[in-house]
Amino acid sequence: MRTRISADLVRGEFVVQIETISGENLLACNQCGKCSAGCPVAFSMDLLPSQVLRLAQLGIEEMLGSQTIWTCASCLTCVARCPKGIDLPRIMEALRQITMERGGNCLEVDQVSPEMMGEMPQLALIGGFRKFTT
Amino acid sequence: MKFAYFPGCTLSTKAVGYDVSGRAVAAALDMTFEELPDWQCCGATFPLATNNTMALIAPTRMLTRAQEADNHVTTLCAICYHVLKRTQVFLERDPEALERINWFTEEPYAGQARVSHFLELLRDELGWEALAERVTHPLTGIKVAPYYGCLLLRPENEIGLDDADEPRILHDCLAALGCEVVDFPYKVECCGSYLAVNKPELPEKLSQEIVGSARRHGAQAIVTACPLCQFNLDYPQRPGGAKGAPAGDELPVLYFTQLMAVALGLKEDVWGMEGHYVDPSPLFDDRD
Repeated sequence: MRTRISADLVRGEFVVQIETISGENLLACNQCGKCSAGCPVAFSMDLLPSQVLRLAQLGIEEMLGSQTIWTCASCLTCVARCPKGIDLPRIMEALRQITMERGGNCLEVDQVSPEMMGEMPQLALIGGFRKFTT
Repeated sequence: MKFAYFPGCTLSTKAVGYDVSGRAVAAALDMTFEELPDWQCCGATFPLATNNTMALIAPTRMLTRAQEADNHVTTLCAICYHVLKRTQVFLERDPEALERINWFTEEPYAGQARVSHFLELLRDELGWEALAERVTHPLTGIKVAPYYGCLLLRPENEIGLDDADEPRILHDCLAALGCEVVDFPYKVECCGSYLAVNKPELPEKLSQEIVGSARRHGAQAIVTACPLCQFNLDYPQRPGGAKGAPAGDELPVLYFTQLMAVALGLKEDVWGMEGHYVDPSPLFDDRD
């Protein structure tokens, strides 16, 4: 995929929106990659956490189609390791909110198998549906 | 001593064994839990967006109930603890947010309630030596791997229960019970948390790695303080589970309060070991 970058996008509305919702400064990230190195679910991501952050810095909205934002479990390992004090799960949360504001819920009740619905602890259901629905 | 206790949704239902054993152990140690009146679910996630007012209302109400009960609430569930503690820290640091929420709830939360995890009370109010002295049936020879997961410890600058990379609190608790404590490298790795809802294959994979590592380090059981960690590690090992361990290689996943109940010589009906997918009872078969 050819990616066009521009100063307009870097200073654009999308970046402002992410920074407003997350409360984080995207340009603080210098792409050291510690978040991706330590992320326990990075093996299953289509974009690494540091790549999501890089595309967010550049204001590339196509990144919202990535599965990574729905794969982050907010385990805060990256927060513990980031040398710049960036709270990446807050940025993931902002990206989920922006996506769901545009396109609706990412998860519907009938997508959870009846077996899991019966077995899962209540806090997983509450937590999951709070994260993946508007 | 008496402590106001917030059970939370999961300990009242799925993880009732944690609740039953926890209350019994606390009472046996003269640290009796008194259930917080009129409690409701804490919300199960701490809101990460700046527009967090709505999500903070439920945990703030619980902090207000705590304020009415000696200004202190204790929990067993690591996630309730995480949500209540971070809400407390956030509101203490942000008086404007506190005022906004109080305006909505029409309750005067002052921002100062203490939120503790029961492990913290055992360490700081009772002490490990005093706990060891109360043990009547030491768990000598049982090799257990303490597993902390994420939310009991992180973020360290808000939770502050223990060192987030090299925690000791669960190790020390289990050592006081006479267990042989097995340190393993996955002790603070994520179990997959609520991804059990949208991507159940991920917690299954993480569980295999965590349980496999504990087994390779010689553990006979994994011990946790979180009902979601317990489920995510235990459920994939269920009989007939697609990703389960080879038969006979399963590791039971216990709550620390269950081991305490055994070690303190409490009656078996408060061990709360019925709801497990991998039956932990063979661990205690040879004991009286």
